[in-house]
Amino acid sequence: MERSPISASAPIQHLKPAKPTARTTRASSWAWLGVLPFFAFAVAFLLLPSTSLFIGSFQDAQGRFTLDNVLGLSQPNIREAYWLSIRVSAVTALGGGLLGFLLAYAVTVGGLPRPVRAIVMTFSGVASNFAGVPLSFAFISTLGRTGFITALFNSVFNLDIYDLGFNLYSFLGLSLTYMYFQFPLMVLIMAPALDGLKREWREASENLGATSWQYWRYVALPILLPSLLGTMILLFGNAFGAYATAFALTGGTLNLVTIMIGAQIRGDVLHNQGLGYALALGMVVIMAISIGAYSWLQRRTERWLR
Amino acid sequence: MKRGSFGSWLWVFLGALYFLLPLYGTLDFSLRIKRDTLSLAAYENALTDPQFIQTFTFSLQMAALTIIVSLLLIVPTAYWVHLRLPRLRPLVEFVTLLPFVIPAIILVFGLIKIYSRPFTILSVQILPALTNSVLSTNALLVAGYVVLSLPYMYRAVDNGLRAIDVRTLTEAAQSLGAGWPTILFRVIFPNLRTGLLSGALLTLAIVVGELTLATFLARPAFGPYLALLGNNKAYEPAALSIISFALTWGAMGIIQFLTRGKPGQGQIGGGH
Repeated sequence: MERSPISASAPIQHLKPAKPTARTTRASSWAWLGVLPFFAFAVAFLLLPSTSLFIGSFQDAQGRFTLDNVLGLSQPNIREAYWLSIRVSAVTALGGGLLGFLLAYAVTVGGLPRPVRAIVMTFSGVASNFAGVPLSFAFISTLGRTGFITALFNSVFNLDIYDLGFNLYSFLGLSLTYMYFQFPLMVLIMAPALDGLKREWREASENLGATSWQYWRYVALPILLPSLLGTMILLFGNAFGAYATAFALTGGTLNLVTIMIGAQIRGDVLHNQGLGYALALGMVVIMAISIGAYSWLQRRTERWLR
Repeated sequence: MKRGSFGSWLWVFLGALYFLLPLYGTLDFSLRIKRDTLSLAAYENALTDPQFIQTFTFSLQMAALTIIVSLLLIVPTAYWVHLRLPRLRPLVEFVTLLPFVIPAIILVFGLIKIYSRPFTILSVQILPALTNSVLSTNALLVAGYVVLSLPYMYRAVDNGLRAIDVRTLTEAAQSLGAGWPTILFRVIFPNLRTGLLSGALLTLAIVVGELTLATFLARPAFGPYLALLGNNKAYEPAALSIISFALTWGAMGIIQFLTRGKPGQGQIGGGH
């Protein structure tokens, strides 16, 4: 960004509505005061807390610099927690992404009546916000030991799904629960992207003799791919940071990173404050990578879909 | 485009099944507190519990404060960035997206680390430990909620500002002799009411059932109450889940109604 008003980009700036020059120059040196409250708030309640966790992960109990905390993340129970969190997030991102994409496809280019689309979009808006404690209760009343689907299997097929190895308070159960807010989010983000596919592209490829499969393989999919991947990465982050749903569902018995951090805040279960901070740091790093990748991929898609 | 229509219906059907079965399960469960008969007794029990009323009122109050603080913080900032400091826009946008990178559990961890002891700069005490009094802990909770609401609120306000001609409105108001407070509260706020209302409703939906921040700051909010109730009772939590779902539905429905025909307006929320 050029800082001096006399620069190569000056002609472009003149295209904007002219400003009273004398006043603006004087005002703009004070203009930053207008955003001061916002940045002060952000520093106090966002930047300071997160940097203090960052600094804390490189300090020992006496406040000296150490790498022990970060290296300590490789101990088995922490490694397992990260691995479980990553698996749950990956599975629900893939599953939710796939179901969400197909649903978004169905309501945009799938040739369904328009009201269906409106209903699906509204439902998705609600479902992607329906999370935490109420969501976990909904799944307990459905797939828990006395849940209605569990009872249905019992009475209709005479099968106890819990005898067959199903358990709501396990990896599979948690993943099914997370999917409830994952796939609607995919629908909300993918439907506009699918809308962006221009009719001309399809017609052009049909005129050139392409089959439907070829159109999808060589035209639509390459255009959608960044958005598809990006949104799945976003879903990954969405699940990775989830605490309330997991806590309410499993009561903290499932060893996820967020649950472990929660236990650490409650009562220093790791018996090492620094290690707790490092645990949080590792999580922020993974979140930052996934959100960064999402916004990068989303910008790549926008080139085509504008 | 008739082809693939069967497949489309199939996916919609599967999606609807996934969406509705847990809701049906909860609703069914919530009505079965009395053996062999459907009744609303669980709802009655849940809604008349004094603790429910206390915690729900508390959460509503926190939500209202969050919305007010969030609006007062974000509208002037977004307006000012639009009008005078367009170069700062990427930075402001970046800050408002940070809460996606820093989940609630990390945020509360950091807030507790910083503010549960006296806050000092160069060994001069600036603030006492905020978690020591009810009032300052509530303030901390609201601050945390404002952070959680930043992405949604900013997006709603920013979308609204894009849709109106900020510069012309401001100059018109100025030439009629209006000062900054008048411009902000009597020109900009009313023009943004759709965006502000959807931002506020989304914030309400996020804050009222929020668990993580309230639990770790040990405030008597609705989220922790509901989680606790789930350990002790079976039918009442199901009833409250249905009510809280209806609330989310109501908030989203109003947003949908307000922003109909305007693409890209925020109903993507969070707080899982």
